[in-house]
Amino acid sequence: MNKPLRRVAIFCGLLILALLVRVNWVQFVQADELKNDPHNRRVAIERYSIPRGNIIVDGKPVTGSTTTDSGDFMYKRTYKNGEMWAPVTGYASQAFGANQLEKLNDGILSGSDDSLFFSRTVDMFTGEKRKGGNVVTTLDAKAQKAAFEGLGDKKGAVAAINPETGAILALASTPSYDPSTFAGMSDKDSEAYNALQKKNNPDDPMLNRALRQTYPPGSTFKVVTAAAALENGLYTDIDAKTNSPLPWTLPDTAGVELKNEGSLPSCKNGSLREALRVSCNTVFGKISADLGNKKMMAEAEKFGFNNPKIDTPVRAAESIYPKDNRPQNAMAGIGQASNRATPLQMAMVASAIANGGKLMKPYMVEKLEAPNLNVVQQHTPEKMSEPLTPQNAQKLQDMMETVVTHGTGKRAQISNVTVGGKTGTAQHGENNKDNPYAWFISYAKTAKGTPVAVAVVIEGSDTLRDDIAGGALSAPIAKDVMEAVLEGEK
Amino acid sequence: MSSTTNTTTIGTIGAPSRRNTELAMLVFAVLIPVFAYINVGLAKDHSVPAGVLGYALGLGLLAGVAHLVVRKWAPYADPLMLPIATLLNGMGLVFIWRLDQEPTLGSAMAPNQLMWSTFGVALFLALLIFLKDHRVLQRYTYISMVVALVLLIAPMFFPGVNGAKIWITIPGLGSLQPGEFAKIIIAVFFAGYLMVKRDALALASRRFMGLYLPRGRDLGPILVIWALSLMILVFETDLGTSLLFFGLFVVMLYVATERTSWIVFGLLLSAGGAVAVATFESHVQTRVHNWLNPLELQDGGVTETAQAMYSFGSGGILGSGLGQGYSRLIRGIAPKSDYILATVGEEIGLAGLMGVLLLYALLIQRGIRTALAARDPFGKLLAVGLSGAFALQVFVVAGGVTGLIPLTGMTMPFLAQGGSSVIANWALVGILLRISDTARRPAPAPAPSTDAEMTQVVRP
Repeated sequence: MNKPLRRVAIFCGLLILALLVRVNWVQFVQADELKNDPHNRRVAIERYSIPRGNIIVDGKPVTGSTTTDSGDFMYKRTYKNGEMWAPVTGYASQAFGANQLEKLNDGILSGSDDSLFFSRTVDMFTGEKRKGGNVVTTLDAKAQKAAFEGLGDKKGAVAAINPETGAILALASTPSYDPSTFAGMSDKDSEAYNALQKKNNPDDPMLNRALRQTYPPGSTFKVVTAAAALENGLYTDIDAKTNSPLPWTLPDTAGVELKNEGSLPSCKNGSLREALRVSCNTVFGKISADLGNKKMMAEAEKFGFNNPKIDTPVRAAESIYPKDNRPQNAMAGIGQASNRATPLQMAMVASAIANGGKLMKPYMVEKLEAPNLNVVQQHTPEKMSEPLTPQNAQKLQDMMETVVTHGTGKRAQISNVTVGGKTGTAQHGENNKDNPYAWFISYAKTAKGTPVAVAVVIEGSDTLRDDIAGGALSAPIAKDVMEAVLEGEK
Repeated sequence: MSSTTNTTTIGTIGAPSRRNTELAMLVFAVLIPVFAYINVGLAKDHSVPAGVLGYALGLGLLAGVAHLVVRKWAPYADPLMLPIATLLNGMGLVFIWRLDQEPTLGSAMAPNQLMWSTFGVALFLALLIFLKDHRVLQRYTYISMVVALVLLIAPMFFPGVNGAKIWITIPGLGSLQPGEFAKIIIAVFFAGYLMVKRDALALASRRFMGLYLPRGRDLGPILVIWALSLMILVFETDLGTSLLFFGLFVVMLYVATERTSWIVFGLLLSAGGAVAVATFESHVQTRVHNWLNPLELQDGGVTETAQAMYSFGSGGILGSGLGQGYSRLIRGIAPKSDYILATVGEEIGLAGLMGVLLLYALLIQRGIRTALAARDPFGKLLAVGLSGAFALQVFVVAGGVTGLIPLTGMTMPFLAQGGSSVIANWALVGILLRISDTARRPAPAPAPSTDAEMTQVVRP
């Protein structure tokens, strides 16, 4: 019986060998994959086992960490003035994951990023616990406060940029939410989270309107149309008469007239400056029609339209200037057709004009710091495109400054500061029955330079339907934001 | 006694008893779990656990007494089996105690496990003391069959737990897993039966396409066992036991008859049975599905299978350290029983898990070595049966938990929580030790024969 016994012994050996091969496969070959699988809760346990690094504004953290006793997780995220900063920080929740900066820079914040390898190795020898690094933002706390408080309980958004560098100074969206309310994983947290979801809250507070929502840009788009007119040589002198009949009929239509908001007789053959000052639909509609869809689209794209990858690093929704037929293209020239823009996009338009025609890439993370405050990554301002020549930019600045000194944007005036701006009121809804969006884009210029460009949009202004709405509702907010930035400059 | 000839694998004459080797090994087998226990305490509470002295003394006492009994009643027994069993049992206790520290995993089970282990060792000792010769068991061949059948069928009449009907509940005593005991008793029956029938099974066959086809009436018992194992699978939905049961029979048949054809038949029958059952048993289908898709989400949640895989993956090569893993994420009681290997894999890593598997391998190979050394066919068959059953169980459980084969509900011998399991496996080791003692015991000196003397007298 010994021969089969030996074979049985070999068979048993093979069984064990198979097990050994299998555990090597699982624990050695597949180990990394299994270890870092997003469904492996250890990943989250690890993430919340240390206080998370902070997101920093003006040298002060707007985030924090607190210990919890809820199950597996040691620490939970806290937010200072969460509602105001939510459009910048995003959220980091034990139960619901993270988004925006919290997610994009998770490696640094949770201390697991590869670029922290060296400091982690040092910590291992010195016995220090793993720590998270910091994300230093470009935001201006005062400007953000002005924007957030200016919006108040109205629904809307503000985006402010430093035109010279592209640094984002303010990014507000209302109604907002406090990410602290669902940072943990208790029932209370899920209740808070669910209450914020769009299906339960028609106001959609978790929507980041400044970056992720597109609106019809309304009359603020006229500056892009004006830029296209200048750049394409359609008109060169902003004070010369244009070829603009009044009333003006939309091309390719059976006599559909493009109307102005109210009676604006100066729009008849009005100069570019005058047309922008009183916001003539007829003049800019005709410019758009004269240039044609292709040229209009090309100029819009130079300003950042039709670019799905504007990463700040949080990706902005794509602003659109579409291919269209002639009447629609003419309407798009006054921002009332199928073209759409995010508040960030319109702030970029204002900033490009204010920056002598150069559009800087917008960004909101100045640098990433290791736990020991060593800089891991530093942003260098980067030119994105050049939608205008410096001469044409100067002309557009002249025109926009007239809008503020003598036109629809008077409420944005700041004493001793040159301010340029453009109002807009975008009608929307079928037959324009919904409340229009009140827009205002502007920039402020001092002797030292042009430190700020702002775009403000307010949804649902109840009463005002004319072009003044943007000037009345949004311009004061833009003014406050600009003042806040200028104050910081001094 | 002089040693002159030594022709078998293990010397029949004058083999050293190796009891001191066993004692030295036992010291390690006690110290390693004690250090592991301290390690868990340091990792979890940053202090040496209060129970360490009691635990060390308890384990040391059990091992010491066992050693003395072996020294007295089975002096020639294999020196490695007792230390390996002690080490596995001790580490099992540490792992269960470590999992007891997780509040989400229910009440503490280590104290009970320690009690069951004590019973197990007691049974082991009783076997060594009262079973003077394993051949006595041969007398109970048919009684064993009846007992085994009763044990296997009994759970059918009790409510199932977690989808498998493998328990019988005795009011006041708790529940019992009769399958664990059945595997020993059935090995006794097979050994006795096959020893008698082996020639008929081996020789009375026709050659057909290079295979020896057994006669119908010899094929009978195999078909009966096959049908029985299928019934267990169907009525008790116990994949593991039926596999163990059937595999055990095939291995013993093969050893008894030395005919490869039995293996072929065995494999064909088991494959046929498995496919047949899998087509209509949803329980089996689920297991196979989970095996093929270990990381799949179910109802938006992570499955037990996936949690076990994550445990293994996170453990990596060296493990997270005792007490520092998160195998508690496998919910319920499973981490302490079926899935205890996941904790082993996570906390002592690939290195530790391979060590544990090699301990099992060593125990199995010592058992088969005992079978090789045994001088009587009954002892050979019983030893290979018990070792084979043990090997199959280790393979089925470890293979299931690591995702090598579909998961079946069985316990990891010695390591996993479970009274029946730990007691039955101590008994199994006890019987193996008894066989090895008999096998290695020096042959008694031939009795003086008057006839011999007579023949040498040259008469004038």
